[in-house]
Amino acid sequence: MSVLRVSVRRGDAWQAFEVPRRESQTVLDVVTHIQRHLDPTLAYRYACRVGMCGSCAMTVNGAPRWTCRTHVDKVAKEGRLEISPLRNLPVIRDLVTDMREFFDKWARAKGQFGGERKRSDDFALLSPVSGKRKLADVNIECIGCAVCYSACDVVAWNPDYLGPAALNRAWTLVNDERDKAQAERLRAVAGDAGCLSCHTHMSCTERCPKALSPTAGIAGLKRATLKAALRGEL
Amino acid sequence: MSRWAALVHRVSGIALALFLPAHFWVLGQGLEMDRLLRWTEQPLVKAAEWVLVVLLAAHLGGGLRVLALEFLPWRDWQKSLTAAAAALTLGWGLAFALAL
Amino acid sequence: MRSQTFLWIVQRASAAVLALCVLVHLATIIYAVRGGLTGAEILARTRGSAAWFAFYSLFVLAVTVHAPIGLRAVLGEWLGWRGRSSDLTLLLFAMLLAWMGMRAVRTVFA
Repeated sequence: MSVLRVSVRRGDAWQAFEVPRRESQTVLDVVTHIQRHLDPTLAYRYACRVGMCGSCAMTVNGAPRWTCRTHVDKVAKEGRLEISPLRNLPVIRDLVTDMREFFDKWARAKGQFGGERKRSDDFALLSPVSGKRKLADVNIECIGCAVCYSACDVVAWNPDYLGPAALNRAWTLVNDERDKAQAERLRAVAGDAGCLSCHTHMSCTERCPKALSPTAGIAGLKRATLKAALRGEL
Repeated sequence: MSRWAALVHRVSGIALALFLPAHFWVLGQGLEMDRLLRWTEQPLVKAAEWVLVVLLAAHLGGGLRVLALEFLPWRDWQKSLTAAAAALTLGWGLAFALAL
Repeated sequence: MRSQTFLWIVQRASAAVLALCVLVHLATIIYAVRGGLTGAEILARTRGSAAWFAFYSLFVLAVTVHAPIGLRAVLGEWLGWRGRSSDLTLLLFAMLLAWMGMRAVRTVFA
């Protein structure tokens, strides 16, 4: 097939385009072609285009993906593509979503480092092979692309749910020995809006482009929350 | 795969929650046990019992999956293992149900 | 402790209890039915048995907490029903299960 039939979601409607197929073409290539040659009014996001920044995340044939890392050959069934904005986020225009709530929830989950050393203090000495550090390192590479957030059913069903990315970040910080905001953080992630609402669908883990497992991190948070609750620290 | 397991777990839970009051009501009727046992021989009741055992096995399997994922130390292959565990439990439930 | 965390803990704990209870219950029922026990034979073993009474009372208690907490998530996530009215309805459902459950336990085991 030398031509792709592409359906792009714009607001409430789908717009159809025909895009010439090329070797090693990615979905980002397709969207870029549309905007540059077929319809300049199409709004979309990208930056690095090499799978490092996560800006180009969109829903492709029903699944959230990095479009720059999605080869058309892998997803275009019978030469068709359906491209829409990421699920679970408000749409600014066309394929561009409003990421504010995603990052607000990150903050609400106390996803920020809370240290106590000043710049005049000595460096903190951390073993890279300690149990806790290993747990943190396994899930530390998140770049906040919102693919997991978009894949999550509980985010879709519960507007307050903090979501896999925010909770995953909280988990890496729970395992950071330098962090002193532990009690506050566990309080932030316990409850209906937090880790306890994860129903282990594992869509986040399945779709994460960096092969992280937010489900594992959230399970860790559940255990940490349980311990804190039983000790009366929550 | 996990998504389906979770949905089966949820739907079977809802079905069981709806069934339980009826189950308790029948038992609490104080019917003579023989009459009750004869009533349960009816094909429709037998079929309902079979469905319930399957639902129960499915819900139990899904529940064990959740408990394993939440409380056991994490391994990547745990996902497949728990799915297998759920399937085994379901199969067991079916086998028993057929014996009924 | 946060009430939601408490509910979660109770849910997992009751799940563990129920896992055991369900296995025992299914095994018992299969045994009774396949063994062709008559009603009189079954009741002879169950009536007046303090052990069975205690076991099934525990079973009912575990169900009474487990089912409503499970439904709470379903009501909130699939029907958008959250808050006081939902919690109250679920509490009533729990009480219904407890009442009917103990009534059944009394009938068969007392």
